[in-house]
Amino acid sequence: MNTKSSDSQTSLPYLRKSRTGIKGLDEITIGGFPQGRPTLICGSAGCGKTLFSIEFLVHGALEYGEPGVFVAFEEKTEELTVNVASLGFDLAQMQKDKLIKLDHIHIERSEIEETGEYDLNGLFIRLGHAIDSIGAKRVVLDTIESLFSGLNNEAIIRAELRRLFEWLKDRNVTTIITGEKGEGTLTRQGLEEYVSDCVILLDHRVENKISTRLLRIVKYRGSVHGTNEYPFLIDEDGISVLPVTSLTLSHDASSDRISSGIPALNKMLGGEGFFRGSSILVSGTAGTGKTSIAGSFANETCVNGERCIYFAFEESPRQIVRNMRSIGIDLQTHIDNELLMFHASRPTLNGLEMHLLAINKLIGQFKPTTVVVDPITNLITVGSVSEVKSVLIRLIDFLQSQGITVLFTALSLNDNISEQTDESVSSLVDAWLLVRDIEFNGERNRGLYVMKSRGMKHSNQVREFVISDNGLDLVDVFLGPDGVLTGSAREAQQLLEQTGVALRDHAVSRKDREIERKRMVLESKISGLKEEFESLQEELNKTFIEEDLKKEVYEKNRQEISRIRDNGKTTE
Amino acid sequence: MEDKEEIWELRLYVAGKTAKSVTALTNLKRYCEEHLKDKYVIEVIDLLLQPQLAEGDQILAIPTLVKKVPEPIRKIIGDLSNEEKVLVGLNIRPAKRTE
Repeated sequence: MNTKSSDSQTSLPYLRKSRTGIKGLDEITIGGFPQGRPTLICGSAGCGKTLFSIEFLVHGALEYGEPGVFVAFEEKTEELTVNVASLGFDLAQMQKDKLIKLDHIHIERSEIEETGEYDLNGLFIRLGHAIDSIGAKRVVLDTIESLFSGLNNEAIIRAELRRLFEWLKDRNVTTIITGEKGEGTLTRQGLEEYVSDCVILLDHRVENKISTRLLRIVKYRGSVHGTNEYPFLIDEDGISVLPVTSLTLSHDASSDRISSGIPALNKMLGGEGFFRGSSILVSGTAGTGKTSIAGSFANETCVNGERCIYFAFEESPRQIVRNMRSIGIDLQTHIDNELLMFHASRPTLNGLEMHLLAINKLIGQFKPTTVVVDPITNLITVGSVSEVKSVLIRLIDFLQSQGITVLFTALSLNDNISEQTDESVSSLVDAWLLVRDIEFNGERNRGLYVMKSRGMKHSNQVREFVISDNGLDLVDVFLGPDGVLTGSAREAQQLLEQTGVALRDHAVSRKDREIERKRMVLESKISGLKEEFESLQEELNKTFIEEDLKKEVYEKNRQEISRIRDNGKTTE
Repeated sequence: MEDKEEIWELRLYVAGKTAKSVTALTNLKRYCEEHLKDKYVIEVIDLLLQPQLAEGDQILAIPTLVKKVPEPIRKIIGDLSNEEKVLVGLNIRPAKRTE
């Protein structure tokens, strides 16, 4: 009823709308069906026309305070009550509460004889009475085409139908008229001639043995509307139309980060990991460890005390748990703690739309912060590429609107190294990791690239992706003269480097020793020369001393001689 | 073939005094006087006054003549201008058809 509240904002007469309350339909029609005008819902048998109209009435009565009249031309009211009870609608109680009035109009042709002029005032009066008795704002005529089989005079019926719709407009009730699809026309009896305001076509297609229900707004006068074919589902909660997009791209963008579970990968992503609420694609050829990355991400979420749902389309939960244990990741504990939920199903279990619904529902119940879909490539078995893409767009849309981070894995085939994933979802996602085999030197190793990561700095380098008993790790690849080296080649190169270092060390120490020896030699030479010098000096000193001594002795002798001479003189 | 005691209970549904309703009632009275003298009861129901009665007899068209007794129930819609059809519809002249 918010259409009414916005009414006062503008003086221009514009189309008011009645909300249908059907999930997704109000978004496509931008507010619902035209208020006070008839809407035609047509489609082949079993496509959900009656259900659509019943939901319109029930939601109107319960949620928008608009009681409704359901005029059934085909089903008896009791049958109808039973049929919709499975959706949780208690029509009997609602009738008692005067929220809904069911009226079964039965035309038994064999009882009727037509003679002369007549009109359908009886129908008008009945309808008018029903509308007045509960103050109805909504009316469903399901399906008025029965009149054509019940009565002969088509000219009268057509004239009366035209009058009926005018009359309903005058009474300002929002009306749904259902009609069976005819050959080449929207309805068998050309009802679209009379109902020109809003026409909705339902379709039920079976392709590859898998059914899809589709809805299209053929026309909607005086209003913009989505024009695509929108898939819709009927399950125990009624109808949900799943708009391809919510028509807007307006979800919040969080700058919170969420760890990928692999520290080295976080480092490649600006050091902190993915943005919260973003979508991540991990693609790679078979056996490159996509599931391991996914498992690691799920594990990290749960370790942080948040919830995660793992949608497995290839392996059973036990298998994944076992496989993860082999690389040191224990998922079972998280399952026991109700932080992790597995939902495993074969893609062929049901159509894509049902998968999408199952995902939507589980997310609504479990309220996870992260979701893993492993792998999306398998969905291709149940739909065409464009369908898968459309489903994924809606899934991403839905998840982003909820602020849930999602990680998809996708298998890319070996011959498809054009780096486009089959579903070409790579343009939809925010971050794309590519795990790739690097075949070199007779072995295969895994290389991990960050192909893109919107809105953050990220490494443009390839890292070697190593899966060990202790989990996942990324190792810097060796960039040698021969290019990128991985695996044993990398290790060999590393060994080679170590050898080089050892050899150099060795060489250095040998040189050191030589120098030491040279020094010692030099030093010994120096000391030899010193000694030589000392001995020379000594020699020199000796001569000096000798000479002194000689001088002394000579002096002494001379004195002695002179003394002796003196003495001799006296004695003479 | 009809029992003397058998009474035709006829209900004519109309909506106000429209030309068609008046024609229908006039026609009906004429036929009854001619063929069912003293063996009929006509009840005229104006749905404008009693709209809730439309549901019971599954009335759509106006005017509608409903024959409840004798069985089977028959409805004749229109202004009853075709005497032949009305009489057949009311099982008044089954014999004539077989002739």
